[in-house]
Amino acid sequence: MSELTHLERLEAESIFIMREVAAESDNPVMLYSVGKDSAVMLHLAMKAFYPSKPPFPLLHVDTTWKFHEMIEFRDNLAKELGLELLVHINEDGVKQGVGPFSHGSQVHTDIMKTQALKQALDKHQFTAAFGGARRDEEMSRAKERIFSFRSDQHRWDPKTQRPELWDIYNTRIHKGESVRVFPLSNWTELDIWQYIYKENIPIVPLYLAKERPVVERDGVLIKVDDERLPLEPGEEPMMKMVRFRTLGCYPLTGAVESSAATLPEIIQEMLLTTSSERQGRVIDHDAAASMEKKKQEGYF
Amino acid sequence: MAHQSDLIEKDIEAYLLSQEHKSFLRFITCGSVDDGKSTLIGRLLYDSKLIYEDQLQTLENDSKKMGTQGDKMDLALLVDGLAAEREQGITIDVAYRYFSTDKRKFIVADTPGHEQYTRNMATAASTADLAIILIDARKGVLTQTRRHSYIASLLGVKHIVVAINKMDLVEYSQDIFQSIEQDYLTLAADLTFTDITCIPLSALNGENVTRAGEQMDWYKGSALLPFLEHVDVAKDHSQMPFRLPVQWVNRPNLNFRGFSGTTIGKNIHVGEEVIVIPSGKRSCVKSIVTHDGELQEAVADQAITLTLEDEVDISRGDVICAAESPAEQSNQFAAHIFWMAEDQLLPGRQYLLKTTNKLSPATVTELKYKLNINNFEHEPGKSLELNEVGYCNINLSQAIAFDSYKDNRRTGSFILIDRITNNTVGVGMLDFSLRRAKNVVWQDMAIDKSARAELKHQKPCVLWFTGLSGSGKSTIANLVDKKLMDLGRHTYVLDGDNIRHGINKDLGFTDVDRVENIRRVGETAKLMVDAGLIVIVSFISPFVSERRLARSLVEDNEFIEIFVNTPLEECERRDRKGLYKKARLGEIKNFTGIDSSYEEPENAEIEIKTLECSAEEATMEIVSYLEDKAFLEA
Repeated sequence: MSELTHLERLEAESIFIMREVAAESDNPVMLYSVGKDSAVMLHLAMKAFYPSKPPFPLLHVDTTWKFHEMIEFRDNLAKELGLELLVHINEDGVKQGVGPFSHGSQVHTDIMKTQALKQALDKHQFTAAFGGARRDEEMSRAKERIFSFRSDQHRWDPKTQRPELWDIYNTRIHKGESVRVFPLSNWTELDIWQYIYKENIPIVPLYLAKERPVVERDGVLIKVDDERLPLEPGEEPMMKMVRFRTLGCYPLTGAVESSAATLPEIIQEMLLTTSSERQGRVIDHDAAASMEKKKQEGYF
Repeated sequence: MAHQSDLIEKDIEAYLLSQEHKSFLRFITCGSVDDGKSTLIGRLLYDSKLIYEDQLQTLENDSKKMGTQGDKMDLALLVDGLAAEREQGITIDVAYRYFSTDKRKFIVADTPGHEQYTRNMATAASTADLAIILIDARKGVLTQTRRHSYIASLLGVKHIVVAINKMDLVEYSQDIFQSIEQDYLTLAADLTFTDITCIPLSALNGENVTRAGEQMDWYKGSALLPFLEHVDVAKDHSQMPFRLPVQWVNRPNLNFRGFSGTTIGKNIHVGEEVIVIPSGKRSCVKSIVTHDGELQEAVADQAITLTLEDEVDISRGDVICAAESPAEQSNQFAAHIFWMAEDQLLPGRQYLLKTTNKLSPATVTELKYKLNINNFEHEPGKSLELNEVGYCNINLSQAIAFDSYKDNRRTGSFILIDRITNNTVGVGMLDFSLRRAKNVVWQDMAIDKSARAELKHQKPCVLWFTGLSGSGKSTIANLVDKKLMDLGRHTYVLDGDNIRHGINKDLGFTDVDRVENIRRVGETAKLMVDAGLIVIVSFISPFVSERRLARSLVEDNEFIEIFVNTPLEECERRDRKGLYKKARLGEIKNFTGIDSSYEEPENAEIEIKTLECSAEEATMEIVSYLEDKAFLEA
């Protein structure tokens, strides 16, 4: 071996970032969303500190509307790897009965995801939180730093980002402030899939095509994951060969019809496809700059 | 996503295998909005078929709404990100874009062209192996071309592509291309690039971007993208001596102690001898541990964990080096500093300096000169403003391992952090150690300062008189000297005029010389304090930063600043040496108070208002101060 390949370089860069946080942050945590990017991030954390275990817990913000398979997968994996898993649910939201059907996707996402995340970070006084966001996902992310600082109100100010040169990261914060760290910043969706394939990383089976019960809503295929999905009069779930390109709350995550049941087939489909990844997400459909607004308010 | 689509369709596994050995290139594009920089990147993405249909739809909508190309698609909109920027039609921050071909994966950092965003360009250049410098064929080499080239060179970018764009607007003229090429090579003669390649192109029409142009038969070189696919940057990374900056000590249990970090330079093998800097301890590599199994050999830029044969005390911040070519160590450096904050750099103030793996308190002791980033000239200066570059001396509280930046970017770079705001305010590139004997420890003297002082029944200190010419500094200083002598104390007077006839006779009155003047006096005073003396310094010393510098050389309580406060009109009225008259006539330049400013001290230990007291009264006040603060023991 003489020169690292592009995946090896990305891997080394992510590991460097994680080690830096472990060495300099008082109380780090890894936000684990159970999706494919989180799977890669967790795998890299296992590598970064080997033979030690990652010196931080995992945190999953559970909106109570995640796919059942995600929750099973999450619990099994944490047990298998012997890692501490913190699960946070916004109990106030649960008491008020907040959900995507009763309150709409925006209110639901804000209360059960954004607010819940802030609650969890405040409760445990985490000073640094790893997230799996990538710069290629969306325009405003393309300019976000790898170490992204948040005020004590969890706000992001794109105008006061710290310069980030070489591999030298300024991790210093005042009391009450925190930093979101994105070790996968320089990965693309294709890199993620190639790496999962090469490293044989376990992922939630929902990514692979299978016959699943779905209904069609506004042109989007929604999986009937439990009895909370209100069916229109006379509406019957149809069995379709579908898979998911991203995972989130099941009522807000559209399935795509697909026959790709293996990783190479997913990659093949992705390479030949014509629409970008976030299209399946209902919350991103607003104006092009909407993500920037959400982030300023504290969305990851 | 059209590349190799046949193979993707027919045999995806073969395709994936073929992708495993793809290499990697980080590059930046520099130029202004008008040069078509964003259009060029948009073109690279578009022609490489890396834009999805829904993104294309958004682009078409946006082009109609805010595009600048009429009915045509405005490819620049693909690249410009933040909402504010899109509205203003300029790129403010650094945007990273990702694309790949069958041969390589690329990360391109698009950076703003205007002078006020110079720091953003430096940021992007710090991790780039190659820079594309855009030149508008109609305009040729401009000031900004020089600026971008200089920053790229300063930040250690080795490979330069000069993209001479908008050839369509000069009728694809070979003469124009060659003349710009010649101008550029002249400009870059003093810069440290290993290679420079000029390519004529039209980003708007896609000529010589991803494919050879049809309009420029006279150009025999390769188009931009094929060039980027083949340029060799691997050897830039693998030829340096081996280093492992220790990031994290890995201790899962009592039986394992490993040192985690990312390798630099040449391969390292099990059994090879290493030396730890700064401790100087030696050992051999016992194992190279990774999650994927133990390795016999690690290559450059790999994240590994090393274990050593011997129990060596190593912590984060140390650098494990090849035994035959270790890193240097020092606590005093000369370095280039690039200032990135609105608040100016203050020599003498303490900052936090962070290298790749170590944080330590640091002071910029001296700004030797500023570099004009537009014409590469050296200029005097006392501080650095946002986007300015200076050549400085830096003092750390402890020795660290380092290499010169020109030899090694990762072990030669640092950032400066403000201790109060925690912001990254500056970045730097280490040049060399100011200690001549690099591996010699500071000579411990058998008899120290306190022993000498005790013998003299006094606490040594510096009485630093500052004030305008003719304010009465020397008069009062001489009286203080005489009074202390009467009290049986050991003193010495360093007087501005006398020093300038001797040790500083080679210095003039430019800002740079004034800084050096004060540095020498400060250092001399420091030696005398070390010898146990009360040193009386009488110098105009008009600048806050210089006085701070002098103060920083001695210990905290050893510096007593005495502001002899006499209004300018009064000094000019006295004019004992006739200097003000000459200055008013323009016969003396840079005269403090006339055509050079005097910055009044804000926190002087003692202030003497000469209009309100006599020289004798002032003397008594100063001597009382010394008695009160126990400088003069009974």
